[in-house]
Amino acid sequence: MKMTIKAAVSAHGVSKAYGQVNALQDVSLTLNRGECLALVGHNGAGKSTFIKILLGLVSPTSGTVQVMGVDVHNHQFEACRQKIGFLPEQILFQKSMTGREALSFYAHLKGSPLTQVDELFQKFDLEAAADYRISTYSKGMRQKLGMAQALLGEPEFLVLDEPTSGLDPMARQKIYHIIEEEKRKGTSILISSHVLTEIDDRIDRVLILNSGQAVADGTLAGLTRQRVVHSRIVIEATPQACAQIETIFSHELDVHRTSERNVTLHCEQARKIPILNSIYALGIQLIDIRITDPSLDEVFRAYMNLDEEMAYE
Amino acid sequence: MNNLFVLVAKEIKDSYRNRWAATAILVMTALALVLSFIGSAPVGSTSMSPLTVTVVSLSSLSVFFIPLIALLLSYNSIVGEEERGTLLLLLTYPISRIWIALGKYIGQFAILSLAIVFGYGVAALTVVLTGDHSFFEYGWGIFGKLILSSVLLGAVFLGIGIFISSVLKESATAAAWAIATWLVFVVLFDLALLGLLSSPTASYLPDMVVKWMILANPADAYRMFNLATSEDTALLSGMAGLRSDQTVSADLMFGVLMAWVVLPIAAFCWTFQRRKI
Repeated sequence: MKMTIKAAVSAHGVSKAYGQVNALQDVSLTLNRGECLALVGHNGAGKSTFIKILLGLVSPTSGTVQVMGVDVHNHQFEACRQKIGFLPEQILFQKSMTGREALSFYAHLKGSPLTQVDELFQKFDLEAAADYRISTYSKGMRQKLGMAQALLGEPEFLVLDEPTSGLDPMARQKIYHIIEEEKRKGTSILISSHVLTEIDDRIDRVLILNSGQAVADGTLAGLTRQRVVHSRIVIEATPQACAQIETIFSHELDVHRTSERNVTLHCEQARKIPILNSIYALGIQLIDIRITDPSLDEVFRAYMNLDEEMAYE
Repeated sequence: MNNLFVLVAKEIKDSYRNRWAATAILVMTALALVLSFIGSAPVGSTSMSPLTVTVVSLSSLSVFFIPLIALLLSYNSIVGEEERGTLLLLLTYPISRIWIALGKYIGQFAILSLAIVFGYGVAALTVVLTGDHSFFEYGWGIFGKLILSSVLLGAVFLGIGIFISSVLKESATAAAWAIATWLVFVVLFDLALLGLLSSPTASYLPDMVVKWMILANPADAYRMFNLATSEDTALLSGMAGLRSDQTVSADLMFGVLMAWVVLPIAAFCWTFQRRKI
């Protein structure tokens, strides 16, 4: 029962300096069981360094990291690695091995039964390719094999560095389906990414890194509220109706008349409903209405810009 | 512990797959066969066992080949794995870095030892089958010493190769260092010593110093161990003229070899543990 209370991962004030360069500055993170967190930042923001520190591969200059209640620099942590699954950013296998040989090798190291290897091949639709050399695999197949490798030994903490890079939409959906399944089992998942648009609905929280600093940590909705990224309401109607809407809302909202029959309203997310109500109340004929909430990508950009604005001040 | 066996098994499987095992065995066998055929011809019929003749020629040539094969087998083991991108993943598995390095070492040691035992075994067999002595008349003790010391010599240079691999960041630099190591230990060291001894300064050098300088090199310790520690081989290789104070006991030379085996292992365990990923 103790395990359910304890955070799967907790990092406090982690900093890492390479010579004069500060790769990470005072980053903290708590990841609870069954929680899925996205670690977001553009290239060189410190994501990989942070992941390596969480996995105990690199020691931080200062700060402490505990994974499953054990300090990553404790000797006992080695045993904990059995319950950690990791998919590196560029998953590489020894090309001369067959898929089955590679997966069996890793299964042996994790002490997981070989029956799981077959299950995983089945799960990732790789059964037909299992006995071919990895050098004949496509990028997508290699990525799937990498994912399968990360799931060996029923991990409690899963670190996925760019899990869907180079995958076609079908394979991507498959991967996300599996991530969701793992989440339901109670696995804590950390996904690092700079492709953001597609993962909004699967993650519980976002940690945004910019130049080694955590610029935001919270739920997507929370971050969106904080940074006031506007939702868009796109209305298609007769020119008269569009004109009417434009005149009514232009004094309080950002309104764009994109064409004769189209008008776009920008509003805070919280005001969507009142605005829609007042549009309905006008009783005019609408042809179509589309509401776009800010995507993670937009929130991300807003936070990055915030940082740049501060830098230029 | 179980994971160490997994890694050793993988290392052996890998060298089988990339034909390193086959190459090593082929080279050692060919070398040994050529020497066992040619080697005994010039001696004609002597009271010396033909196997002893073969041992003397084998040990003079093995001192060049075994370090080379060992270094080529090992120089890429860690730096190459990092360059291929498989090391990062391996380090996230429940296995310590020392086990990873030792797993590679033991696997390569098994391959190289197999090549040596197989190659020399074939050579000994040819000598016995083509000769007209009875089986027990051959100098099996001397042959056993050759096998044992050859395996140890391989172990020394495998350790040095993995040490190089655990320190350097690029596989090309590691290759250069491996070749340089080979040149220094096997070729240049002896040349330098020879140069030193033939120069006027030699008269100021006490014999003891020269003796220990020779023993400081594992390749020379290997040569001395095989050539100077038994009467027959010493006679054949011109080592019989040594004064008693110039010789070193076989145990001591064996000790030097063992120290040279242990030192690189300790070194690569230490450096790999501290290697920045």
